Amino acid sequence: MRLSKLQKGLWALAAVALMAVGAAVVFIDRSSPSVEQAEFRPTFALPDADGRLRSQADFPGKHLLVFFGFTNCPDICPTTLAEVAQVMDDLGELSDDVQPLFISIDPERDRELGLDEYTEAFHPSILGLAGDAAQTRAAADSFRIYYEREDSADAPDGYAMSHSPALYLISPEGDWLGQFTYGTPASEILAELKARL
Amino acid sequence: MKRIFATLALIAAAGPALACETVTTGSLEVSRAWSRASIGTARPGVVYLTIRNSGTADDALISITTPAADMPMLHQTVMTDGIASMPHAMEVPVPAGGQVALEPGGYHAMLMDLTQVLKEGETFPVTLTFRDAGEVTIPVTVQNIGASAPTCTSPDE
Ligand SMILES: [Cu+2]
Repeated sequence: MRLSKLQKGLWALAAVALMAVGAAVVFIDRSSPSVEQAEFRPTFALPDADGRLRSQADFPGKHLLVFFGFTNCPDICPTTLAEVAQVMDDLGELSDDVQPLFISIDPERDRELGLDEYTEAFHPSILGLAGDAAQTRAAADSFRIYYEREDSADAPDGYAMSHSPALYLISPEGDWLGQFTYGTPASEILAELKARL
Repeated sequence: MKRIFATLALIAAAGPALACETVTTGSLEVSRAWSRASIGTARPGVVYLTIRNSGTADDALISITTPAADMPMLHQTVMTDGIASMPHAMEVPVPAGGQVALEPGGYHAMLMDLTQVLKEGETFPVTLTFRDAGEVTIPVTVQNIGASAPTCTSPDE
């Protein structure tokens, strides 16, 4: 996807307008690298379900599609993971160049419940990562995302997680390329990936 | 394996669309009730549906019960500055002459403490209690864990 400066400006305006009306379907285009964004390289070092520590270096040459969530999230997390699954299927052979990651923000409970069986139910390519509290907070801070545990009698086990539900795209070099806000159709994510692969 | 999934998906897509079961109480019509398959019973399930109010008075969905869960509750996913949370919804308004959908990213019936595994293709009953129109029970169809909309169609679709 090669866009002229004018097109990019129009897209940015459209995105802002959409956000202003509260529409869920917004893709924030970050395809124009600025100095600030080039410096933005999120990092993570988190164990997978087998306890192996994983970081960006484990996925050479791959774009990462990163989602922070928790498996006790029955409403919006399945929607996003299902979109990721759709994207991976639709990418065909190009899917070898994309690694979807599900980073648990509720790692202790998710490890108990089973991380692998959850991610695999959506797509075998999705890798679940669940660290300890410090590793998880470090990864989230590095992605500049928010999550918090909220005690609530209206949630399973007496607490719920509030979190940023967007999907983040990271380049093989580790640069943050952009985010797909919750509700972005799989077709848009697919188009963006295809343009980059 | 992938090819098998693709073939199954094609068969499913080619099959005739099932009509949604619709139930009524007073001037309210409830339809398009669906859920997602669960993995075991440890994680909460979810129910989505659509309520239409053809009457001239506002009503509200105030509670749900189901044999499939010991702690069902109305929730609403709320986005505040890009942060998602899902507080308890005291009620779901059903405006006169309007409709409301429980759908992904909005209102949902959260099924905590599942009493049974929700298996794709099966149905289970959910009883809705409305402030004025009373109770009504609807069968909920369990779809794939990755489903994002009901596969059945309404009579007017
Ligand atoms: Cu909920």
